[in-house]
Amino acid sequence: MRPARLVLQGLILGIAAFFILGPIVNLALWAVAEQWFFPHKLPLVYGFKYWETVFRPTGDALASLVTSILIALWTVVACLAVSIPAGYALARRSLPFRALLMLAFLLPQAFPSVAVYINVARIFYGLGLNGTIAGVVLVHTVHALVYSVWITTAAFAAVDRDLEAAARDLGAAPLRVFATVTLPLAAPGVIASAIFVFLESLDEFTGTYFVGVPDVTTLPLLMFNASMQGNYQIASITALILLVPSIGFMLVVERFLKADVLAKVGA
Amino acid sequence: MTENRLINLLLVAPALLLVVGLFLYPLGYSVAGAFLTKDGRGTWEGFLNVYQLYTTDILFTVVIITVATILVGICAVLIGGFLVLGTSPVLVGFLKWLYRWPLFIPFVVAGQCMRAFLAKNGLMNNSFVSLGLLEPLQTQSFLDWRGVIIAFVWKQTAFAALLVAGAMASLDRSTIEAAQDMGASRPRILVEIIVPQIRQTLAVTLVLSFVTMLSVLSVPMMVGSGTPTMITVDMAFRINSYGDYTTANALGLVSMVLAGSVAWIYLRHSLKEGQPQ
Repeated sequence: MRPARLVLQGLILGIAAFFILGPIVNLALWAVAEQWFFPHKLPLVYGFKYWETVFRPTGDALASLVTSILIALWTVVACLAVSIPAGYALARRSLPFRALLMLAFLLPQAFPSVAVYINVARIFYGLGLNGTIAGVVLVHTVHALVYSVWITTAAFAAVDRDLEAAARDLGAAPLRVFATVTLPLAAPGVIASAIFVFLESLDEFTGTYFVGVPDVTTLPLLMFNASMQGNYQIASITALILLVPSIGFMLVVERFLKADVLAKVGA
Repeated sequence: MTENRLINLLLVAPALLLVVGLFLYPLGYSVAGAFLTKDGRGTWEGFLNVYQLYTTDILFTVVIITVATILVGICAVLIGGFLVLGTSPVLVGFLKWLYRWPLFIPFVVAGQCMRAFLAKNGLMNNSFVSLGLLEPLQTQSFLDWRGVIIAFVWKQTAFAALLVAGAMASLDRSTIEAAQDMGASRPRILVEIIVPQIRQTLAVTLVLSFVTMLSVLSVPMMVGSGTPTMITVDMAFRINSYGDYTTANALGLVSMVLAGSVAWIYLRHSLKEGQPQ
C-alpha cells in the first residue's frame, strides 16, 4: 500500500481515537482534579482529596456502593432462580409457542421503558414496595431476564445429550442427571449470564430513578445527583468506580461464554 | 423420557409471571392510564396536553433519535468495513481494540463523560484551541441537542459495530475477492457488495438502537439542557412536578407508537422480502 494512504488512514483512526477515548480521559482527569476552572486547559491542582470524601466510611458513596452491590447480588439470585428451570425447559423440553416465549423475555428491553417504570412505581406505591431494596431488585430482575433466560437456554442447549442419556442408562433419576451432569456442564454459560445480570443491575438507572426514590440510592443515582449539582469530581470518581466491574467483566466474560454457547444465544 | 407438558410449563412459569406482572401489567396500566383521570374517569386531557405542550418535543425527539440512528448505522458500517477490508494489520488491530470501549459503559456514565468532554471548557474545545483550530473565545458548549446526538452515537455505535462487524466477518469472502480482482475500489465493495449482504443484521441493529435510545432518560437530562427536550424527560417532569400520570402516560403511549412503528416498518419490509427474522 502507498505510504500516503497509510498515513491518511492513521490520521482518520487518530481522530476516531480522540472522540472515542477523549470523553473517558476527560472523566479520569476530573477524578483527580482538585482545582480546574476556565480558561485553564488542564487541572491546576491534582490530588486525591475528593477520593477521600468518596471513600470516607461515613460517606454516601460507600453506602451507595454497598446498596448497589447488594441489589445486584439479589438480582442475580432472583434471575438465576427463575432462569435455570426456564432455560432448561426452553432448551430441552417441548413447549407450545416457544418462539413467542423467548420473545416475551426480550420485551422489557426492547420497549420504551420510562412509561412502564412510572406505572410500576405507581403500583409498587400501593404495595409498599416503593423505595425498598426488594422493589428495585424486582425491577432489575425483569429488565435483566433476557440475558439470564437466553444465555442459560443456550448453555443448556450446548450440553451433549449423549452424556445425559448415559447417566440415565446407569440408572440415575432425572433430577439427579440434571444436578450431576447437565448443570455442571452448563455452569460456565450460567456464570456468564450471572455476570451480565450483575452488570445490568449495577448500571441500571431509569428503573431505580422511579422505583427507588427516596430511600434507595444506588451508585448510578448518586453519580447522577452529584453531576446535576455540578460536583464533577464526585460524579467522575463514582463513574470510574462503575466502570471498573464493567471493564473487568468484559475481559473475563469470553472465558465463560464459549463460542458453542454464543452461537445458540437467542435460538 | 416421558414428557409432561404441564411440568414443562411449570418450569417456565415463574420467569414468565415476572414478565407478565412487572412488565405487561404495568404496560397495560400505562395505556389505560393515558385515558383516565386521577379518580378513574375517562378523559382526553392527557392527549390535549401532549398536543398543546409537547408537539415540539415529540418532533425534537423523533429528529434526534433518527439522526443518531442514521449516524450509528454509518459509523458501524465504516468500522465493520475497515475491519474486513483494511490492509494494514496494525491499524485493523488498533480499531478492533478501540471501537469497543463504550460498549459496556452505562448511558448514565456516558452522560457524565460528555458533560465534561463537550463543555465550553471541556477537553474537546481545549484540544481544538491547543491545536490552533479555534480561538479561546470561539469555543462553545455542545451541551444541547448536538451533545445528546454525540452521546447517543458514541455509546450506541460500539454495540452496532459489534453486530455489524460480526456479520461482515462471517460473509463468504469469495465475492469480495472477485470484486477486488476486477479492480473495484474498497468503498465500492463495501457499499455494493458487503452492505447488501448484511442488511438484515444492519436493520435489526438499527431498530434495536432506535428503541434503546428512545427510552434513555439519563443522557437527555444530563447533556441536553434547556428546551426543547426529549419526551422521556417530559414524562419524568410530569410525574415529579405535578404527579400528572394522565399526561405522562399519554406521552408514554406516543413513545410506544414511535417504537412500534419502527418495528412495524422493519417487519413489513422483511416480510416483503420473504425472509423475516
